[in-house]
Amino acid sequence: MSQQIVPLKTYVTVFVSLIGLTLLTTGVAFIDLGPFNTVVALVIAFCKMLLVIFFFMHLRQSGGLVRIVLLAGFFWLALLIGLTTADYRTRNWTPAPDAWSTTAPPTHP
Amino acid sequence: MAETHAESVGLAHQFEDLAQQHDADTLGIWVFLVTEIMFFGGVFASYAILRWLYFTAFAAGSHLLDVRLGAINTVVLLGSSLTMALSVRSAQIGNRRFLVIFLILTMILGGAFLGVKAYEYNQKFVEHIVPSLDWAPEGAILARLAPGGLDHAKLYFFFYFAMTGLHALHMIIGMGLLLWLVLRARKGNFTPQYFAPVEVVGLYWHFVDIVWIFLFPLLYLIGGRY
Repeated sequence: MSQQIVPLKTYVTVFVSLIGLTLLTTGVAFIDLGPFNTVVALVIAFCKMLLVIFFFMHLRQSGGLVRIVLLAGFFWLALLIGLTTADYRTRNWTPAPDAWSTTAPPTHP
Repeated sequence: MAETHAESVGLAHQFEDLAQQHDADTLGIWVFLVTEIMFFGGVFASYAILRWLYFTAFAAGSHLLDVRLGAINTVVLLGSSLTMALSVRSAQIGNRRFLVIFLILTMILGGAFLGVKAYEYNQKFVEHIVPSLDWAPEGAILARLAPGGLDHAKLYFFFYFAMTGLHALHMIIGMGLLLWLVLRARKGNFTPQYFAPVEVVGLYWHFVDIVWIFLFPLLYLIGGRY
């Protein structure tokens, strides 16, 4: 077909790396890094996702159309999460009038 | 397209050849997966906001989950992704026997994942920390949940069940699709030229795996375990 066959060794190597990253993320959770615990966990999850997408899901051999579709998906996801978060995180940058206080959203603890 | 019958098995009449059909099939499933990204994205976005607002309560709730079971399930699911990738590879090289074996292995690993998940759900009922259905935390568990606010800890468990439940539903659908593939593969429906259904179900299965790759740290590893 249009795809060449990926060697067995590649799949096994990717799998072993995924297991290694899983152990790493679990291990790091037991070390106190403050707010960076979340950052490290998400960076590791992102790397695992890239491994799965590029090797198991054959993005490495896929054409430009598939890549554009996937990038568009991530772009809209970034808008969804980014803009929603930006809204909540900037709500108490300016003080709300007292009259609003009963209906104001919860502020950061 | 002067093709013999054997080379055009599985070719739908609207396509020029199997290569074109294969490209259309994979593009189609990728577009579907993008809609799935947005579907899960909504839950992830609201989770991100509420976890930030009620971090202490969410961490307290998270610490009631069993990290070992979560990690074991991650390994099981990654294993099922490997066997799924090997299924596609077996189809590509036309090895029907290994195609069936790897598809069944994928189903077994998927079933193991759901089994562990069911055990974890049962534990939540035993501890009375299932919002709406059985929410009556008591004793040591109540004391651990209280500091961040009991209602906010309850919110965390709503997210836990909604996110893992949606994920498990996708797994169950995937298991059904795998069974369908096994039946077709046994009949010899797939050839090295025509294996798009295996590839397409594989892409779906890997997507469900990726959702779990994010759910594991987000639900099980909040705020560290030190």
